[in-house]
Parts: sequence; structure tokens; C-alpha cells
Amino acid sequence: MSLERQDTAASTQGQVLGIQKAIALQEEERIYVASQWQLMRWRFKKHKMAIVGGCVLIVFYVLAIFCEFFAPYDPLKFDPKLIFMPPQTIRFRDDNGLHWPPFVYGIEQQIDPVSFRRTYVLDPEKKYAVKLFARGDPYKMWGMLGGDIHLIGTEGNAGPLHLLGTDRMGRDILSRLITGARISLSIGLVGVFVSLILGILIGGFSGYYGGVFDTVAQRLIEFLRSVPRIPLWMALSAAVPPFWSPIKVYFGITIVLSVIGWTGMARVVRSKFLALREEDFVMAARLAGSGEFRIVTRHMVPSFLSHIIASVTLSIPGMILGETSLSFLGVGLRPPVVSWGVMLKEAQELSAVALSPWLLIPGVAIVLAVLCFNFLGDGLRDAADPYAR
Amino acid sequence: MLQYVIRRFLLMIPTLFIISIVSFVVIQLPPGDFLTTYIASVAEEDGMVDQALVDALRHRYGLDQPQYVRYLKWMGRLLQGEWGQSLEWDRPVKELIGSRIGLTFVISLTTLMMGWLIAFPVGIFSAVKQYSAGDYMFTALSFIGVGTPNFLLALVFMYAIFKLFDYNTAGLFSVEYQEAPWNMAKVLDLLKHLWVPVLILGTGGTAGLIRTMRANLLDELHKPYVVTARSKGLKENRLTLKYPVRVALNPFVSTVGWALPGLISGTTIVSIVLGLPTTGPLLLRALQSQDMYLAGSFLLLLSMLTVIGTFLSDILLAWLDPRIRLTG
Repeated sequence: MSLERQDTAASTQGQVLGIQKAIALQEEERIYVASQWQLMRWRFKKHKMAIVGGCVLIVFYVLAIFCEFFAPYDPLKFDPKLIFMPPQTIRFRDDNGLHWPPFVYGIEQQIDPVSFRRTYVLDPEKKYAVKLFARGDPYKMWGMLGGDIHLIGTEGNAGPLHLLGTDRMGRDILSRLITGARISLSIGLVGVFVSLILGILIGGFSGYYGGVFDTVAQRLIEFLRSVPRIPLWMALSAAVPPFWSPIKVYFGITIVLSVIGWTGMARVVRSKFLALREEDFVMAARLAGSGEFRIVTRHMVPSFLSHIIASVTLSIPGMILGETSLSFLGVGLRPPVVSWGVMLKEAQELSAVALSPWLLIPGVAIVLAVLCFNFLGDGLRDAADPYAR
Repeated sequence: MLQYVIRRFLLMIPTLFIISIVSFVVIQLPPGDFLTTYIASVAEEDGMVDQALVDALRHRYGLDQPQYVRYLKWMGRLLQGEWGQSLEWDRPVKELIGSRIGLTFVISLTTLMMGWLIAFPVGIFSAVKQYSAGDYMFTALSFIGVGTPNFLLALVFMYAIFKLFDYNTAGLFSVEYQEAPWNMAKVLDLLKHLWVPVLILGTGGTAGLIRTMRANLLDELHKPYVVTARSKGLKENRLTLKYPVRVALNPFVSTVGWALPGLISGTTIVSIVLGLPTTGPLLLRALQSQDMYLAGSFLLLLSMLTVIGTFLSDILLAWLDPRIRLTG
């Protein structure tokens, strides 16, 4: 515990040992009197990767919520003069040394007359200052708040600022990435929410009452889990009518993803119900005259809520990957909706990727988001059972 | 054992039944039936549609009958080995599907084997040398493997190979063998191309298997029977391989059941990226053009084969672990 202390006060070793004992005892008492949530918090804090993952995800979601402000451009704005432009760098020094404010050079498109390949040449004569809170494309945040202030940009879009390059229509990749986060990250949450409701209802019923309902539900779950999910998802989402509005398609795809998603949830809920049904405290509540509803909501749900939260977190990545895969294949969300999968669809052709590898950047975002959810979920799962080991 | 196999087999039948219903529902899901799509496209080309032909087709596919009759007829024809006609390709579905289903399974099973061959020793190593540098490295790798979607891996891989070796990895056969009948040279050519999808698919699956193996073995390694064996002077290598590894193997085998659907899924999407002649691209095409008989048959076959694969892995598991046949 406090080994350093032992070194410095070696003369009164006995006393030190006594203090150590007292500290240890205090620690132990702290554990004894801590509430379950406190124990969970301590356990969770030990999981460094989970904390890092959680923080990264918070950043991601903040970006997604205020994407209109954080994106330097309108994600749908195209520019035929800036097609497949490589990422630009913000410069802090020019030939005369340090330069403030930071700036980007102007850029000139040149088309090779033989191969028609586009190359971009820096124009050192033109310098555009990069500003925080610069005015740029007008937007309506959440379809309500109008504005034209962007976190970063060249004032009034004076010069090009494409920090992650542009795509085949000259649209800014960074802006699309941030805007796409809103769809790609929210579809995981909405999908998990739908799965959770289905899972709790079906899993709860089959765990609490058992019998025929349980048998049928178990068969169904087993079936859904044994079907290869991508083909099933593909078939279901191909059935989403092409004339639907983007918002309807969004919910259609969410429901398609939840068709398989709820099974995992239902299994967790069911097994917890089965285990808790026999617990003494449930029996005690029953003997004390609590009604079924009260027993379930007041005694059983709180004791497995943490497990549910953990498994919810762990099933979000599957949803995100599902949406991305479907949109990538062209049967999920469709342009003009911007999502990470829709963006990656542009990278499907080897010829496009070979010449403009920055098209793969949305993939990095996906991997990062999925990893963070996995870490966070792992931490939460450990924390959900603070008494283990 | 026989009793277990029979019980498990009987349980499989309702599952297969549900699969057929789901596939049928999926066929029916899109608005309009496939004939309206077909008629629309014919009308666009020729300007005229022969009403008698439409009625004949409608009757031929039983579209004038109620749903359950259509389902029963479809099933009946399937059982007789008649899979219907693909509208888009104007060829029997069976002909289109045959070789593709075969290749899908060749890829999936090869991946499964390779996954085992890698995951097994790596998992044991990670567990025995827990918290060593190697363990951390494999853990990090497997986390990335789990977090990367297969299609993204395929894209990155294609890009990397193309940049490094100026070599396009798409396809399963060299041009000269594409239409050739099967012979030894073609099989060799297949093997030459097979490693790309297998490697891509394997990364995700293998990562999961390594985690499972490591966790299982870690649970076993500190049990009293291991300590007893060690105190009796058994050599460490022999000790690990003979007892805890064997016990840790059980949950490992049981994951095959879950791994198979995942692999088939993965093959579908990776094939689309790499342009492999497996079920993936054709299924996507069929779904997009509402060629629903073809799509439905694909869905049915893939699901059926997966269920059968799961059944086989369950039997394998029961053979390995007597406790399962008595309680499961």
C-alpha cells in the first residue's frame, strides 16, 4: 500500500505497520459501505481503455450533434474544379519563417491532355488565412437554427480548405465525414433502442413465465442467429421501396438491423430473469405481498440493469457495421443521405482508391468508433459485476 | 449419442421449415410482384405486352392463387428439385446457383480451417504467457481484427497489394481458366487466388477465436487439477496440452456454429468487393433487379446449409464432450 512511507520512517516500524493496517482497514470499510453503483464506478475507472474509448465517443457524438457547425463546408456542395483533390495541409511557416495566422496555399487544377489525369499544383502566390469561427456556407442546424459560422474555414470561403481532400464530385470529405457521423452513429443508438424494447419484452416474458412462449421464442432466436445475417439484411433492405423518403428509409434500415439485433438482448434478459426468479429477495418480495409488476420493475430490473447497459454498448458496433455494410453495397441508405457507408461506396472501385486513397478515410472513422464501443462495453461489462473476483 | 443425434436432427426440422417461410416472405416483400417488374421492362423494350402471355406466366407462377397455395407449390417444386427460372438471366436458377454455392462454401470452410490453425496456437500462447509482450501484441491485433469490417479490410488490402506489387487481386481464377472446365490446372489456379479472400475473411474470425481460446484457457489454467498435475512433476508443455487445452477446446468447438453464419455473411460481402464468382455478387444483383426467385433460393440455400453446418458442429461437440449429450 504505502511502501515509501515504510522507508522514510524506518525507525518506528511498528508504528508504521499500525498505520498501514488502519489504512487497509479503512479501505476495506469503504468497500463494505459503498453502494453498488459506487463499486461499479471504481471498477470502471480501473479500465483505462474503457475511459479512453468513452471520451473518444463523446467527442464523436458532439461532432455529430453539431455537425453543421463543425463541418467546414456544406456536405452536398460540389465543385467540378476540385475533383479528387488530395488533402491540403495547414501551414504555419512560409519562406520567411513563421507566419501568423496559419494559412493554406491556393490550388490550381491541371488536366493532363493525354491521360486526362487531374493533378493539383500549389500556387505559392495565393495565401488564404485559416480562421476559427469563419463565415462559410449557410446552414440550418437541426433544420431550425440558421447560421453560417463554421468552426474552421477561410473567411467567406475565399480559398479552398479541404483538409481530407475531395471526392469524385469535388465535395469536401471532412465535411461529409462529420455529417455522416450523425447518421452512422445515431443509427446504432436507434437500432439498439428498438432491439432493446423487443428484447426486454420477449426475453422478459419467456424468462419470467417460461412454458410454450419460451419454447417458441427460443426457437425463433436460434433460427435468427443461425441465418447468415448479411444476406438476410440485404434481402430485407432490398425490399425497402425506392420511392421512400430518406427519413423513412433510415427507419426502415434501422428496423431491418433490429430484426437480428433483438435476439442477443432477449437472451441476456431471459437468462437474467431465469436466474433472478429463484433468488431469495424475489421470494421475500413475493411473500411480503408485492405484485408481479412491482417485483419485476422494483426488484429484478435494477439488479440486471447494469448487465443490460453493458450488452447494449457491446451491440452498438454490430449495428454501425451493419448500416455501413448495407449502404456500402447500395441497398442501405442512398445518396443524397450522407453516411460513412455511403461515402465508402465511392471507394468501391480499385481504380478510384488507387489514385485517391483518401477516399478510405471514413473507414478509419468506422474502425475507431467500433473499437471505442468495444472498449467501453468491455469496461462496463466488468463494472456491471463488481463482486466478481 | 445416437439419441442425442436424433433429437438434434428432429429439432432441425422446424428450423428448416421457418427458414423456408422466411425466404418465401422475403420473396413476396417488395411492392408489386416480379411479373409487374418484368412486364414493365418488356413493355419498355417492345412497347407491347401480350396479355395472353402475361396471364400464362401469372398462371405458371401461380400468382393468381392465395399466398399459402403459392408457398406450398413453391416448396413442392423445390423438393422436386425445380428451383424456378431466373427472370433476369432467363436461365434455370439451379444452373446459376450450383457452382457459386460450392465456391462460397470452399472459401468459408478454408477460412474456418485456417482460422483454427492460427487461433489455436496463438490462443494457447497468449494464455500461457499472459501479459507478455507477445500477448499484448496479439490482443491489440485481434481487437483491430474484430473492429474492422470485412469489406473495409478487403478494400485496404486490394489497395495495398495494388500499390506495392501493381497486381490486381480481384477474381478467383486467371482469365484463361474462367470458363474452362474443371481440371487439375484450374484447381491449382483457384488455390493461387484463394488466399486473398481467405486471409481477409480470416482476420476478423480468427481474432474472435483467439480471444475465446485465451479466455477459456485462462479459466482452466488455475484450477486445482492443473496444480496437482504440476506438483506431481508433469512437464509444463505436456501438462498444458494434455489437460487444460482439451477442456478449453469445448467452447471453442461450439463457436463453430456461430462462426459459420458469420463466415457466409462475410464471404457474401467480401466477394462483392473482390468480384469473386460466389453467391454474393449474384445475390446482390438479384435483389436489386427484384429477381426474387433467384434471391429467395439463395437465401434459402445459404440458410439451410448454415443450419446443417451448425447441426454437424453440435454433433462434433457432443462427441467431444459427453456432458452435452446428457444434459443438452
